[in-house]
Amino acid sequence: MTGAPGDALCLSLRGVTKRFGSLSVLDDVSLDVRTGERCGIIGPNGAGKSTLFNIIAGELPLTSGTVRFLDRDVTRLAAHARARSGLARTFQTTTLFPRLTVVENIVLALQAHSGERFALLAPRSRYRKRDEEALALLDQVGLADRGDASIDALGYGEKRQIEILLAMAQRPKLLLLDEPTAGLAPGDASLVTEMLKRERSGLTMVLIEHDMGVVFDIVERLTVLHHGRVVADGPLDAIRGDAAVQEIYLGGVL
Amino acid sequence: MSVRRRWTFALAAGAVVALLLPCLGVPTFYVSLLTQTWIIAIAAMSLDLLIGFTGLVNFSQAALFGVGAYAVAIAATRFHVVGFLPGLGLGITAAVVTAALFGLVALRAEGPGFIIITIALNQIMWGLAYQWVSVSGGDNGITGIVRPHIGPLDVSGNTGYYYVCLVMFALAFALLMTIVRSPFGLVLKGVRETPRRMRALGYNVWLYRYFALMISAAFAGTAGVLFAWYNQFVGPVNLSLDQSTQFLIIVILGGIGTIFGQFFGALVVVFLSNELSAVTQRWMLVLGLIYFVIVMYAPGGLVVLVPRLWARLRGRPVVLAADVPLEDR
Repeated sequence: MTGAPGDALCLSLRGVTKRFGSLSVLDDVSLDVRTGERCGIIGPNGAGKSTLFNIIAGELPLTSGTVRFLDRDVTRLAAHARARSGLARTFQTTTLFPRLTVVENIVLALQAHSGERFALLAPRSRYRKRDEEALALLDQVGLADRGDASIDALGYGEKRQIEILLAMAQRPKLLLLDEPTAGLAPGDASLVTEMLKRERSGLTMVLIEHDMGVVFDIVERLTVLHHGRVVADGPLDAIRGDAAVQEIYLGGVL
Repeated sequence: MSVRRRWTFALAAGAVVALLLPCLGVPTFYVSLLTQTWIIAIAAMSLDLLIGFTGLVNFSQAALFGVGAYAVAIAATRFHVVGFLPGLGLGITAAVVTAALFGLVALRAEGPGFIIITIALNQIMWGLAYQWVSVSGGDNGITGIVRPHIGPLDVSGNTGYYYVCLVMFALAFALLMTIVRSPFGLVLKGVRETPRRMRALGYNVWLYRYFALMISAAFAGTAGVLFAWYNQFVGPVNLSLDQSTQFLIIVILGGIGTIFGQFFGALVVVFLSNELSAVTQRWMLVLGLIYFVIVMYAPGGLVVLVPRLWARLRGRPVVLAADVPLEDR
């Protein structure tokens, strides 16, 4: 475990176990993420990485264990309530609003915590500022001219960027990224990496990723998951040098 | 003309025609059918809010409609509550309360599960209407419902009541269009599209569906009240599953997610079912064939048929905004 005593913990998992019937997907996983830390989770397919995210985000109930977020036990809290307290996530398979425009997608993220989400007798044109805010965010990633396009009309690389932009628009305290570069060509993948690196302002991140280039570019600490157990956890360099991990999970590419 | 201006123009022209119709010597029978069209269109629009904007295929819309109708019928015949606003208020309240109860049960499921539960709930309400004779009159229904006066205005006549329903339709239409274009409406569309992402963004998906159900019920209840006064009779058939299915057919014909399309859907269904039944006993069969043809050749609904034909007449490619819901244009 990294982190000296006294460091503020953003996320803390204790003994998290998830079983589907007799199949044990996560087995006694404990993990601490300090505020401001950028942490990677790697492991082969089926290691339980996405399940772990679904449990942290509150989409799946766990079999046993506790999840603490910002010094609060959120183990029984619904997904939307966790999101409202500052937890944002992206999805491995793009999970956007396909028939809405790009701006509308971003606005949904922006207005999630504002009272205007209950405003039903005023047209959205009354809330121009939200659209401008969304366009400003899009401008940062060079997609401002796509604002009026529907998500359906975007290329895959653009969709992956919006996927992350939506989570960032939530102004989260913890960002969970589930394979942000999954299925992207190297050129598009670097666009996504640049986006994440630009977000250096102390945002706490947990990243699941198969592309080691992306992982080493972004995170400072690595947790290795295998068959639902944590088999290694430590600073990037320590894990990179861990012979067993190299052998089994990284296939010797390092 | 821009698409928006063309729609505004069409809407204004339609309003003028609708206002003048009863004065143009149109036979009473057709004025009456149009009155029914306005009422049924309100109910269909209320269902479109659920199907087209929230992603909830509700088969208990007739129960909400019927509860509104029964509420005003019972109030009028038993308790002599005969005012326009009291009747309307009662019907709306009854429908909203019913929806609030339905929601607690039905919204525990999603997709097909939700559909099945709403079918069951509608059957329960039908069973109540059919068998709770002391309250509902059973199969005989409730007769003798008198159309109300609005202040000093006697609107109980054919023409007067036509205008009442026209105005109520216009109000419902304006309100629903405002709702689907509001920030709240955007949330509903988000819930329709991708509930999982909505939860991840911090929206209580269940609550928004619940709200949508109750808002929809307010409009369905309004239509029910107007129908009770229109027909001056309420029976189990008005909250049957058949009635729910008819609303659903109207929404599909008119155009899911268009709100306005429901007027065309209602127009076709009300007129065809009345006209055809006068011609042949097999009118249901003919009706089914016509529905089939419409769905085949105007899959976006009747509301997109006119601009599509217009574009074809002018030799333009038929790729137009027709497949985009009206409110998104």
